[in-house]
Amino acid sequence: MAEGRPDPDALLARVKAVEARQKRGKLKVFFGAAAGVGKTYAMLEAAREQQADGVDVVVGWVDTHGRAETEALLAGLPIVPPRLVEHRGALLREFDLDAALARRPALIVVDELAHTNAPGSRHAKRWQAVVELLDAGIHVYTTVNVQHLESLNDVVARVTGVVVRETVPDSVIDQADEMELVDLPPDDLLERLREGKVYVPPLAEAAAGGFFRKGNLIALRELALRRTADRVDAEMRDYMRDHAIRQTWPVAERLLVCVGPSPFSARLVRAAKRMAERLGAPWIVAHVETPAHLRLPVEMRDRIVQTLRLAEQLGAETVTLSGARMSDEILAFARARNVSKIVVGKPGRSLWRRIVLGSIVDTLVEGSGEIDVYVISGDREGAAPAAAPARPRVTDGRMYARAAAVVAGVSAVAWGLFPYLDPLNLIMVYLLGVVAVAMWAGRGPSALAAILSVAAFDFLFVPPHLTFAVSDTQHLVTFAVMLVVGLVISGLTVRMRAAAERAREREQRTAALYAMSRELANTRGLRELLLIASRHLAEVFHTRVAVLRPGPGGQLEPVPGLAAALDVESADLGVAQWVYEHRQAAGLGTATLPGASALYVPLVASHRTLGVLGVRPGDPRAFEPPEQIHQLEAFASQTALALERALLAEEAEQAKVGAETERLRNSLLSSVSHDLRTPLAAITGAATTLLATESRLDAPTRRELLETVREEADRLNRLVQNLLEMTRLESGALRLRTGWHSLEEVVGAALGRFAHTLKDRSVVLRLPPDLPLVAIDDVLAEQVLINLIDNAIKHTPPASAIEIAAWAGDGAITVEVADRGPGIAPGEERRIFDKFYRGSTGDRHGVGLGLAISEGIVRAHGGRMWAESRPQGGAAFRFTLPTAETPPSIAAADHE
Amino acid sequence: MSEPTSGGAGDPEAAGRPAPVVVLIEDETPIRRFLRVTIASEGYRLHEAGSGADGLLEVAMRQPDLVILDLGLPDMDGLEVIRRLREWTAVPILVLSARGQERDKIAALDAGADDYVSKPFGAGELLARMRVALRHLAHLGRDGGDSVFAVGDLRVDLRLRQVQVAGVEVHLTPIEYKLLTALVRHAGRVLTHRQLLKEVWGPSHVEQAHYVRVYMAQLRRKIEAEPARPRYLLSEPGVGYRLRAE
Repeated sequence: MAEGRPDPDALLARVKAVEARQKRGKLKVFFGAAAGVGKTYAMLEAAREQQADGVDVVVGWVDTHGRAETEALLAGLPIVPPRLVEHRGALLREFDLDAALARRPALIVVDELAHTNAPGSRHAKRWQAVVELLDAGIHVYTTVNVQHLESLNDVVARVTGVVVRETVPDSVIDQADEMELVDLPPDDLLERLREGKVYVPPLAEAAAGGFFRKGNLIALRELALRRTADRVDAEMRDYMRDHAIRQTWPVAERLLVCVGPSPFSARLVRAAKRMAERLGAPWIVAHVETPAHLRLPVEMRDRIVQTLRLAEQLGAETVTLSGARMSDEILAFARARNVSKIVVGKPGRSLWRRIVLGSIVDTLVEGSGEIDVYVISGDREGAAPAAAPARPRVTDGRMYARAAAVVAGVSAVAWGLFPYLDPLNLIMVYLLGVVAVAMWAGRGPSALAAILSVAAFDFLFVPPHLTFAVSDTQHLVTFAVMLVVGLVISGLTVRMRAAAERAREREQRTAALYAMSRELANTRGLRELLLIASRHLAEVFHTRVAVLRPGPGGQLEPVPGLAAALDVESADLGVAQWVYEHRQAAGLGTATLPGASALYVPLVASHRTLGVLGVRPGDPRAFEPPEQIHQLEAFASQTALALERALLAEEAEQAKVGAETERLRNSLLSSVSHDLRTPLAAITGAATTLLATESRLDAPTRRELLETVREEADRLNRLVQNLLEMTRLESGALRLRTGWHSLEEVVGAALGRFAHTLKDRSVVLRLPPDLPLVAIDDVLAEQVLINLIDNAIKHTPPASAIEIAAWAGDGAITVEVADRGPGIAPGEERRIFDKFYRGSTGDRHGVGLGLAISEGIVRAHGGRMWAESRPQGGAAFRFTLPTAETPPSIAAADHE
Repeated sequence: MSEPTSGGAGDPEAAGRPAPVVVLIEDETPIRRFLRVTIASEGYRLHEAGSGADGLLEVAMRQPDLVILDLGLPDMDGLEVIRRLREWTAVPILVLSARGQERDKIAALDAGADDYVSKPFGAGELLARMRVALRHLAHLGRDGGDSVFAVGDLRVDLRLRQVQVAGVEVHLTPIEYKLLTALVRHAGRVLTHRQLLKEVWGPSHVEQAHYVRVYMAQLRRKIEAEPARPRYLLSEPGVGYRLRAE
């Protein structure tokens, strides 16, 4: 940066922003100081110019308020018909976002960006619809009045006395590609107002009377002009940054704003926003949760959440830190994030408390070192109520009464002990009472107890007795020490108790999280993981749960079948998608898309976003305390990590399967090429010998050669048949055509194929004549037998017997093909059914497909196949064919 | 469309009978070359066609005694060729088809083909099928045909309704006898399960395939020496049955 070259990171961020912007539609804002300055008119004129240039312009929403000249401009512009929404019996007209998206114009005109949609619309606010249009790549023209800007909202309220509720986040306006100020001097505007050319909503007329005062209009105009000027400045800075103009190249500034429960915090945030804008610096709004924070009443905690939310809307990054000392946490965070300026509010503590306890500002300034600390007065801009809120009363009057009662009780005990103990020892008894009160009643009552104890001790036990008078001045020192010790003990006890409570609460959260992660760690498979995560979430947060995962098209789809499943409404899918793409929580209870019916949190793992978690708690305010959201985020990240683990395992498994497939393919290629070439070589050899020598060979030799050709061709045929069957099995194209068949017949057909080869062998058949018909695919069953018989022939000496037997029983017919060969090597009984596996005993040919195919066919029939060595030597292959159904009966009587 | 190949030692023309004319419809040249030699060596007059369209033309022109048709033709489905031929001629059609395509075979037989040979096939097997088909054609010319069928040890006298195995009379039930005579009438040719059911049990029973299986098993037990290794009543898995004719 010293050389004046743009910071590469910053430049990259800008390039990314530009790229994102190029895909998005462009937003042009017609900006005005007040209603009636002619924004809509200017916007429509600009739209007509675009149309004249051949741009596909559509009017999405324009309210002409019956003004003739504006209506004239609408003529010739296509209009998206409004959507009719019924709300409490009234028919409201609303901008139809879906129709506009479906129409897909190049440019759409949508008036009144700050408009609040009728209930039941997809988005709560119109600006959200505009953002969606922009995301869809559609250019948008829109109008905004200065009072609708979120960051100026309070200023406008103070200037005009009218609180505007419809606001637009500054970030939306800041992202506008163009901003056109539509300006009209206040006198002209008032003139138009008198002529009735300014539309004023009927209900607001009374307020409008006050609003359209010249003083107000001048102030609003100034605000609008300043805002526009700021924007021009920012554009200038951007330009300079792009072109690395040195002089104004800002050092990387980063603002940290500390907010607390004070009602001024909102103002602090707005002031900081303006400051950050002028500096062109990113800003972070931090809240530090200290033990004291837990004692705050709900309203104040609410206010902190509101302030943080406001900061987010204004474009700040928000964080919640937690620690014992606010200033330490802030400084540590500031250093970690390279913050250059810390902004704090003027301390609310009174002078004496500051002297006694020290002020946060003082400690901040002391420890800030190179960081600038800005102190902004809460009521710098006046108008706000000056009184600081009273310290929260955690304990009610009853607690104080009980504290007094405890002191009374302690006094009674002390009175009883008085005759036996030195009065000074009775102080210990009182201190015991103070500790007891501090334990269960908190700071205020225990302080009261300390004071009352001193008073009671003085009254009862210090001479002269039963008066507050003190005869010996040294007792005054005793009282002072007793009071200080009492107060310190009460303070320490309270703090200890708070710390213990906080620890217990954290312990509970951690325990819940630990319980889930432990269970997740013991689980395999995506579905099971999600099921467990959803169950824990539902239990801990009392909520319905949905998990959305990207489908094949990248669109999120809810994972079905979870515990306490949340039905994701179609309108919410957009919210979830946004969450997925932006890796930020959104929806119910957040500042982003609060119109959604559930809260959506991204499932961010170490490398990628894996999906979105949706929760809809029974109590819609359940996720307002920031710690709850943090807790939810912790659960989400645990879930995401578990998911990632499962996904990685799955991918690793797939890679393994892929490698296995690759190995099989190589094995297939080598065996097929070997097994195809061997018979081909034999055939070619025999045929060429016959061709070359012809009549020189004697008849038996010629015959032998010809037999070779024929046998090898047969072998080739069987190999091809097996390859075909294997392909069919693997591709799932194998379909059984079952019918009722006699096994005897199938065995006969299979043996028939080997008539030539089996001439010299004895084949022993043991097929009982009462074997029932069995439901099988006869062609495939024959193939099984052909493979088994072929196998037996190949692996046994030429003259040894082959035995085929079958028997019925146990719901199946068992078929056995046995031989008297070398048998199966121990341990190979299963492996011989693997594809391309060749037994280690005497395999001469074959790709090792036959048994794998046979097993596949038997399995398809619902049976199983196995092999064993026979005790008397040789191998036995057996398979079962289930006979679950009884064969159909034969109707007609038939006698000889 | 080539010139007929003829001649050879066993030429029936030499014995005063006209040599049977065979049209071969097959697109694969190596198979045509092998069949040309095989068929001509048996004294048939062979005409070849390399496509379905040529084949139909050749059959119309030559009026053959037998058509050998490959089901996998480049220009039209073999089944379509059978249907077009059956529109005007009863000439025996012998189909060439690959193993594993049993459904195609049944469809061809249902469409009117007389028999089939599975590729790859040996010359002997093809010639035997051809002889059966031609003999069947010869039977059509005469009334009734032979009343006695004999193969190996099996002898069936249709006139006397008598069945003998190795000279010993075998007693059959009426259905068994009907089943056997249906096979005898088409001896050497394949009969699909449906065809058998229709002939023996009537058209309403064509779906009851298990009837055939049960009675065939009974018949084998009475006729065959070793029912699981039959010599006469052969099963063609997926298609039907065939009675050995020679």
